[in-house]
Amino acid sequence: MKKLLKGGRVVDPANGLDGAFDILIDGDRIAKVGRDLPVGGATVIEVPAGLVVCPGLIDMHVHLREPGQEHKETVATGVASAVAGGFTAVACMPNTSPVNDSATVTSLILAKAAAANLARVYPIGAVSKGQKGELLADIGELKAAGCVAITDDGHPTATALLLRRALEYAGMFGIPVVEHCEDPTLKGDGVAHEGYHASRLGLRGIPGACESLGVERGVLLAELTGSHFHVAHMSARGSMRAVRKAKEAGVRVTCEVAPHHFTLTDEALGTPVPYDTNTKMNPPLRETADRDAMIQGIADGTVDVIATDHAPHHYDEKKVEFDRAPFGIVGLETAVALTFDRLVHAGHIPLRRMIELLSVNPARVLNLPGGSLSEGAAADITVLAPDLPVHIEAAKLRSRSKNTPFDGWQLRGGVAATLVGGRIVYANPAAPWPVVAE
Amino acid sequence: MTTIGEQIDSTPAVTSLRRKDLLGIADMSPEEIALILDTAEAMKEVGSRPIKKVPALRGKTVVNLFFEPSTRTRTSFEIAEKRLSADTLSVAIGTSSVVKGETLADTALNLEAMSPDMIVLRHSSSGACHLLSRICRSAIVNAGDGTNEHPTQALLDALTIRERKGRLRGLKVAIVGDLLHSRVLRSNIHLLTKMGADVWVCGPPTLVPAEMSRFGVRVTSFVDEAVADADVVMLLRIQLERMEGAYFPSLREYFQVFGMTEARLRLAKPDVMIMHPGPMNRGVEIASEVADGPYSVILDQVANGVAVRMAVLYLLAGGAEHEEAA
Repeated sequence: MKKLLKGGRVVDPANGLDGAFDILIDGDRIAKVGRDLPVGGATVIEVPAGLVVCPGLIDMHVHLREPGQEHKETVATGVASAVAGGFTAVACMPNTSPVNDSATVTSLILAKAAAANLARVYPIGAVSKGQKGELLADIGELKAAGCVAITDDGHPTATALLLRRALEYAGMFGIPVVEHCEDPTLKGDGVAHEGYHASRLGLRGIPGACESLGVERGVLLAELTGSHFHVAHMSARGSMRAVRKAKEAGVRVTCEVAPHHFTLTDEALGTPVPYDTNTKMNPPLRETADRDAMIQGIADGTVDVIATDHAPHHYDEKKVEFDRAPFGIVGLETAVALTFDRLVHAGHIPLRRMIELLSVNPARVLNLPGGSLSEGAAADITVLAPDLPVHIEAAKLRSRSKNTPFDGWQLRGGVAATLVGGRIVYANPAAPWPVVAE
Repeated sequence: MTTIGEQIDSTPAVTSLRRKDLLGIADMSPEEIALILDTAEAMKEVGSRPIKKVPALRGKTVVNLFFEPSTRTRTSFEIAEKRLSADTLSVAIGTSSVVKGETLADTALNLEAMSPDMIVLRHSSSGACHLLSRICRSAIVNAGDGTNEHPTQALLDALTIRERKGRLRGLKVAIVGDLLHSRVLRSNIHLLTKMGADVWVCGPPTLVPAEMSRFGVRVTSFVDEAVADADVVMLLRIQLERMEGAYFPSLREYFQVFGMTEARLRLAKPDVMIMHPGPMNRGVEIASEVADGPYSVILDQVANGVAVRMAVLYLLAGGAEHEEAA
């Protein structure tokens, strides 16, 4: 079974390609990339003008909630949401119930992902047993079962000592430690960014320094251990400064920024809907100078990855007082549109850089097989529609949860189709894409 | 010759509140504030009659939904409602189904199914009134939400100041105490700055909200600077548990640095007013001699609370227009 994607603009930064190329897919692999490839019995898919064919997007920070919180999301609904958002692979966080601190839980997630058979799922294991911050999880076992990194995400690693040990130990297996950077004493019972808007609304504040302290701690320990430290969902300008300096000094640090942190500011706490719990996430929406620092870091190369921190919550859980609502929003199905609209069309980054941030670099950070259209690689391909008008409707999201602050937003740039292992797993009916999903 | 502010103080341009709820002072116009204060003055007269009752809210049902303990505010609302002839019901936490794990939204919707006209809400979460406003048809009156607002307190403070000083515009008002955890502060800042007062706020830096200067007020941690030539000094309650958060070392030290003593008050204008929203901690934020002294209007504030709440309920129910229709 062969497919020939014909005539699209192919952007493959890993191989330095940007131009009109054909892609021949044989089974689940990319067989050939070149100009005017012979059809040779393949099913021809004429890629409409204006669309962009790129390596499959990878979201390295999602919460699939299974096992234990299936009312929010399951692996099956999560990967359906992923492919609708253009992602061919996701890495899922271990703060499930039970925590993914064992091969048993990892295997369960992988079995559910295989059954769903949409996006690829790469589990991330816990740093500590039960994410309790005391004993190291069985990291070798987790790696062998398929985990690609470790983290105690949801919370920071409990102590500097434990983080040091995790970096040293995980370094042996060549996997990074992904850190939710935060000083818990400085966070206290805060619920929103400490600034004008939280002051005005009477919401308890979380200063940017709370995150940056965690980043500085991790950077210093990465330098001490020589291991790979990855900063999750970065939001504060002090954190960006710390990562930039660390990279200049040659420390093995990488970082990610979520679309809501380069799009929104804490002004959203009060308008258009005051105390909208879909503007509550951790780290919180920060002030304009922080948001601008995220865009600057994305543009100048300090930021490696755009990752969504997709955090589904049931509407019952969000339809409460602001300070009682859980932190987090869904992000898989809005990331591409926000990145196009707010970064590419706004002139901050070129399309090639967008694909590095969403595909090439997450593959490199987690040592995943994707991120390129190399011959012989798995045919994980995303087809982007850079000028597609996108109207975000929360009710129509494929995720089981609808907790997004972007409901009703009109953006430019979306997804036309998503191919995983050569199979068209998503085709956007609103985009000019000629074939339906298989 | 009168200034524009004095005209606003005395001659409101609007005759009814064209809004469903009273969520806070933040989104109110100076004209609406003046209307409430003027109406409250008229309501005050009702309280001096032998028969303290008018039929303005006859047939209307008001539910007082209090999720936090409150003596002063709840009593004040209840008296206001009864003087307006409303049918009233008070639901306090502990006797409600909240202890069974019901959400605020469900509690409100269940009450709403019994068709009240207004819900007066006191809640520990900032924004709780906004949440109810979005899901309830009833008018929502904010009786204090978290550390956000306590609008009727600011209105009764303004009424008290206006009675004594004849105006709000141009007065120097110093607010001293725990600014961070105070909903009274936020409502008062909104109200007083909208009405043209010169507002100074003062407290230890640990208890000052971020970006306070962007609220159109002067911020200082030097209490003498705040009190100097003040027309009004308003003190905010210092909660004893704040010491545990390391906001300040001890009540004794707080009183030494910030406590309002007679000596400090001598820096203010000779006819300074001393206000406190209560409950007071004598010997912490305020010396007893000051609380009980000739400048204190603390009990006037309480008395004016009833009149202001009558005005708010009356105007939200439609004011004179409603009475004509009925």
